Amino acid sequence: MRRFPDKSGHFGIFGGRYVSETLMPALKELEEVYRQIDSSFHQQFDYYAKNYVGRPTPLYFAERLTQKLGGAKIYLKREDLCHTGAHKVNNTLGQCLLAKRMGKPRVIAETGAGQHGVATATMCALLDLECVVYMGEEDIRRQSLNVFRMKLLGAQVVSVTSGTQTLKDAMNEALRDWVTNVRTTHYCIGTVAGPHPYPMIVRDFQLIIGRETKKQLKQLKEKNPDYLIACIGGGSNAMGLFYPYLKDSSVKFIGVEAAGEGVTTGKHAVSIGAGRVGVLHGNKTYLLQDKNGQILPTHSISAGLDYPGVGPEHSFFKETGRATYVSVTDKEALAGFKLLTETEGIIPALESAHAIAYLSKMIRRTNKDEVIVVNLSGRGDKDMNTVANAMGVKLE
Amino acid sequence: MGSITKKFKELKRRGKKALIPFITAGDPSLTVTEKLVYTLEESGADLIELGIPFSDPMADGPVIQAASERALKNKVTLWDVLSLVSRIRKKSQVPLLLMGYYNPIFVMGLERFAVKAGQAGVDAVLIVDLPPEEAGDLRKELKKNKIDLVHLLAPTSDEERIKKAVRSASGFIYYVSLTGITGARLTVSDEIRQQIEKIRQSTALPVAVGFGISKPEQARHIADGADGVVVGSALVRIIASEGKKASLFPKAGRFISSLRKAIDR
Repeated sequence: MRRFPDKSGHFGIFGGRYVSETLMPALKELEEVYRQIDSSFHQQFDYYAKNYVGRPTPLYFAERLTQKLGGAKIYLKREDLCHTGAHKVNNTLGQCLLAKRMGKPRVIAETGAGQHGVATATMCALLDLECVVYMGEEDIRRQSLNVFRMKLLGAQVVSVTSGTQTLKDAMNEALRDWVTNVRTTHYCIGTVAGPHPYPMIVRDFQLIIGRETKKQLKQLKEKNPDYLIACIGGGSNAMGLFYPYLKDSSVKFIGVEAAGEGVTTGKHAVSIGAGRVGVLHGNKTYLLQDKNGQILPTHSISAGLDYPGVGPEHSFFKETGRATYVSVTDKEALAGFKLLTETEGIIPALESAHAIAYLSKMIRRTNKDEVIVVNLSGRGDKDMNTVANAMGVKLE
Repeated sequence: MGSITKKFKELKRRGKKALIPFITAGDPSLTVTEKLVYTLEESGADLIELGIPFSDPMADGPVIQAASERALKNKVTLWDVLSLVSRIRKKSQVPLLLMGYYNPIFVMGLERFAVKAGQAGVDAVLIVDLPPEEAGDLRKELKKNKIDLVHLLAPTSDEERIKKAVRSASGFIYYVSLTGITGARLTVSDEIRQQIEKIRQSTALPVAVGFGISKPEQARHIADGADGVVVGSALVRIIASEGKKASLFPKAGRFISSLRKAIDR
């Protein structure tokens, strides 16, 4: 089996390095430093993963949910129990350690829901790095709690007022910062997108999710899962779960995109399911765009999925048929959110609620001797305002 | 020989440097852009850069971002930009460089874009987010249609990067004079001159310098060591404040004349 990405950072026709010349040397440097990391780096990573992040996260048999839905056995990979409340910290731990190795004292990041921003600010506090987080004005409004957390952690949060004021614009602004300060700054991208080597590096730091899952299922004397289900914005939590199972062809990968108010309304973030191939933010991938190649505004109740693109390796999985991509609406996600909260006493992030929502739809087609693992990528505390709003409840 | 190469040769023979203004096509309207091209040419521009509007101009500062947004509000597409070039070609032969981001071109189709651009009379193309490594397919199509592909080089470019860029480029090299987005403040440094010298060791292509040049004094200083200077944000700022007023043309013209005078001194 060939390994991807290839030397120039491509996954088939996807991926690559579509950036301005100013950034090319920084990408090369990052790639070189990454390729040279040795056992001392891995030791450091493992040390913090265990003692600071709290890994391995549990693989939890959701017995009541399994009974209620009446199909395959459901396991939840509890990334919501990571320090900071989401899988994002796996990646920021790795990248901030890399920044240290490169001698770059300043780290910048983009954030949508604020989870990646919080995870970056956290690692920067721990490793004594200066931190600047770019966040769309619209997202700052709907995720004010995370903004406050980042500030407490010592990060500067820069409000992005250009374009649609969401994740893609935050990424544009972070890229502008990076072009300007590239010599002193590491850009900590939060998902498996962006120019090479980011999709590879972020995947590699996240695949700890799937590796643990494999080991934990073995310990439980459980067979290989029949389905892996995860939500997809850029796709890092999904890639982290999927990747270690790449060669296990009986394991079906399902990525769940955010259909917002519905794919036909135009207010959604279904990049793979409803987009076309294009180039944005340094990589070639499926994008939501008009017929002239202008990027379209997106919508999702979950700020973390509100992005018009997707990691290039997911586009590759779609093209090769390795993974299936589906979508659920805001409404369905909210129902998934309620379902998990009420049956298991676990309040999921709205992002992860998309995976639960699809699980509840597809479970009818499964039988009791099958096994499903759902990646519970984050916890829902940050979404209380949004959910209360959607339910018509006013919080003080 | 392309008309850009010819232009640089002619300038060199006369001991002059190229003055290259940038404007975004369709800001504030396609009609104004067309008239503005003639004004810029009459005021001393040697080559004109036309920006293709894009929804996510990641390498541009607020001034050019806003220009792009204004043009997109007018629903200006890449097709419109190519028609604009056709119209300009009926009245002017000033060398034209299209500058933009890759996605609109990729979506149009590389072959279709190159053929249409050739027919319209485009002389060169510069794609900000298309480094030489990814430019192979487009370069091939442009070459068939006798259009130059211009590459950027930056202060961060080492010798290997310089060699890659000059091998892939034709027409000229666009040297970004500081790390940063368009329109940021210029830090005039010896570094620019040293970098240009380094580029010249690898290529006979002319080197134009841009990003952050807004005053005649700066233009003159930069022109000393380079073959041309690009002026973008400062001109786009005038367009932003004048809009569709008739006063735009004399104001833009005077600004370009002042730069012309400064670099000819």
